[in-house]
Amino acid sequence: MADFDDELDASGLNCPLPILRAKKALAALDSGKVLHIIATDPGSVKDFEAFSKQTGNELMESKEEGGKFHFLIKKA
Amino acid sequence: MEQKKLAIIATKGTLDWGYPPFILGSTAAALGYEVEIFFTFYGLQLLKKDLDHLRVTPLGNPGMPMPGGMEKWMPVLVTALPGMEAMMTSMMKKQMAAKGVASLTELRELSQEAEVRFIACNMTVELFDMNPSEFIDGIELAGAARFFEFAGDADICMYM
Repeated sequence: MADFDDELDASGLNCPLPILRAKKALAALDSGKVLHIIATDPGSVKDFEAFSKQTGNELMESKEEGGKFHFLIKKA
Repeated sequence: MEQKKLAIIATKGTLDWGYPPFILGSTAAALGYEVEIFFTFYGLQLLKKDLDHLRVTPLGNPGMPMPGGMEKWMPVLVTALPGMEAMMTSMMKKQMAAKGVASLTELRELSQEAEVRFIACNMTVELFDMNPSEFIDGIELAGAARFFEFAGDADICMYM
């Protein structure tokens, strides 16, 4: 997994909390910084794709590892 | 790109139906939408400071799943027995906590933090003799025309 600047553990949280928490965490970052999000909600895979498309924050990586979902999002 | 707008009318005051306005409102705001929710009739219950009074009822709701598939054989009248509503409410809250579903209060706070605007229908506030001091801060009291001022330009309008 590539480098990141901040991390958000949204494990155990259900829709729409991972997205809402990620939005808040991104708001605290400068443009170009990368947020690593960890989630257990399977719905978060499509939700983060949709979030990225609609907000312009690039989804650099999306993968499942050890029963958890990992996302890297670059602040636009 | 011009900011998209979402207008929601929230009309229900139960624990389960309190979720859709706050889930969709907060999510839309996170996606960059400008959001207004107009609370009217029973939806006004969702604006009270304390939301512990909200209940969910199995009565008249054949679609509500119950533990062990009880809903398949339980006579409708049983769901009207005293204590059923309190029991189902308590079970729903436990289930929500176990599944990592946010509390209504948390979703409401996140909505307000994301600048979702809440409007309470003035007419129904008076109709039910509700005191706006029972509501959380940041509520605008207004009428139907005020709603259309925003909804008329909205990209999406939902009635819940």
